[in-house]
Amino acid sequence: MTALASNHGAGATPRRRGARPPRRPGTGWIGLIPFSVYAILFLGIPAVLAIASGFFTSAGAFTISNFSAFGDPVILKDLVGSLGLSAASAILGAVIGALVCYAMLGMNPDGWLRTIVDSASSVLAQFGGVMLAFAFIATVGNQGLIIVIAKQLFGDSALSSPIYTVPGLTLVYLYFEIPLMVLTFMPALEALKPAWGEAVATLGGSRWTYWRQVGFPILAPAFFGCMILLFANAFSSFATAAALISQGGIWPLDIQRALTSETVVGHENEAGVIALGMIVVMVVLMSAYGVLQRRAARWGS
Amino acid sequence: MTAVDASLTPLQAGPAAEPFVAARAGRSPRYGAKPSMPTSVVILIIIGALFLLPIAAMVIFSFRSNQGGYTVGHYIDVFNPALEYTYDGLFVGIQNSLALCVITVAIILVLLLPVMILVELRYPKLRRVLEFVCLLPITVPTVVLVVGFIPVYSVLSQLLGSDAWTLGFAIGVIALPYAYRPIAVNLAGVDVVTLTEAARSLGAGWLPVLWRIVIPNLRRGILAACFITIAVVLGEYTIASFLGRTTFQTALVLIQHTDPYVAVIFSLLALILAFVLLLIIGRLGSIRPRSKD
Repeated sequence: MTALASNHGAGATPRRRGARPPRRPGTGWIGLIPFSVYAILFLGIPAVLAIASGFFTSAGAFTISNFSAFGDPVILKDLVGSLGLSAASAILGAVIGALVCYAMLGMNPDGWLRTIVDSASSVLAQFGGVMLAFAFIATVGNQGLIIVIAKQLFGDSALSSPIYTVPGLTLVYLYFEIPLMVLTFMPALEALKPAWGEAVATLGGSRWTYWRQVGFPILAPAFFGCMILLFANAFSSFATAAALISQGGIWPLDIQRALTSETVVGHENEAGVIALGMIVVMVVLMSAYGVLQRRAARWGS
Repeated sequence: MTAVDASLTPLQAGPAAEPFVAARAGRSPRYGAKPSMPTSVVILIIIGALFLLPIAAMVIFSFRSNQGGYTVGHYIDVFNPALEYTYDGLFVGIQNSLALCVITVAIILVLLLPVMILVELRYPKLRRVLEFVCLLPITVPTVVLVVGFIPVYSVLSQLLGSDAWTLGFAIGVIALPYAYRPIAVNLAGVDVVTLTEAARSLGAGWLPVLWRIVIPNLRRGILAACFITIAVVLGEYTIASFLGRTTFQTALVLIQHTDPYVAVIFSLLALILAFVLLLIIGRLGSIRPRSKD
């Protein structure tokens, strides 16, 4: 708050020729208070509590013994599960998403197709959650369309659906990872200047030369940046997995289990410990994303 | 932690590149990044079909009868008073979610919007701080924040009770990055400082300036922020599930066990509603102002 308050008046309009200045310079910072209070109460405090709770026993004494949870084979296995799922869905999502962006480049940027793809991508990438899980239950769930057809075709009634396992989640996650790639990578592709293509053509280069010498190198930072964002998105998503899997296997589900089950002595506040672990992973990812994003912006304008 | 520059909504897509004349005419361009028309169409049809498949499966599933064959019975059941108790939880959840939409949109309009305008007009140095705060919920996963929300809400429920509407404060935080972006993009595109100074120099007071100059110029950003916030609230599951409140999404998960057909019907409706909301934003966004650049 002091940091906010000490800055007051910084951008105040220098001239006050208005007939009735309702506010004297220096009182405007009051307007910053409501949002600041809200952000502190519902973003600052919860974030700090989430990170700090791993350092305390349930009785409230400071401890670092909770972090022995990171030696727990289940927690380690689930970390590997989380990272594997995130990596697989990020790599596949980035490649397929980039392909969609490339195809969209040939379409009118103000056209209806573009608006539809943008809106649909936005819905699937950001607001699907549980509903996407249902969509996949209806498609490849145990009673799903494709599984039922496959059973009829092959007569194999023992055929079971893959989507209720962690590796199978990759397929479901792609359904929001590809749209996220479309949303985040499209601006980078659109920023490729036609003049560069013309320059390559003037110098006698083929389209393949253009991609190898110009397109890929320029897009690489943006592409890998978006891939990291997809990784982070998969790593932190909870709802879709929770609706499909009941027995854990990734870190977000471990937090759920830790919060809803009885605490075991020596494993107190395990949710806080995993939460801290997730934050560390996210900060590393987002820092890498920031670096790549700055590199990508170099060719921006 | 760095500020995230990800484009989060259709609105934020940068200015479109100059369309190639050749590509427009449908001939394959001989240079540059643009694909030929057939390549585009083939890629889009294949991937589009794969993306439509789960949606189509939902539609087919919703007409499937328990006895085999197809029926519209599941749609009629929703309005069947005899089955009302089965869907009671779902309707309570929908009601709660609609109330949460109102509260969360109010938080965006009453808390976020004024502070964004104030920072733009008088404290431009704080712009980076505000952006960092608003984008922070992307870096801190919701499932992590929830660990902190639980103690906060155990205090809050003593003050305000444990009704579902109190979740609005937490969901407002989750909606911050999505709501911030379109308003910020809009603010960057309109020179509010000059507009305000012009109005002030003509003798307008601050309130008329805000109400008649600033807000109308930010109409599109504000509308997009509200729609996206509604979509966030309707899709929110994590917070409600951990804090044990009944919302649309938690009710869907519950009813999925007893009546998967109705869960799928309402999922479809919600996805379509969100799609339409974002389609409206998208069309608003593509009608670009003729001014500047």
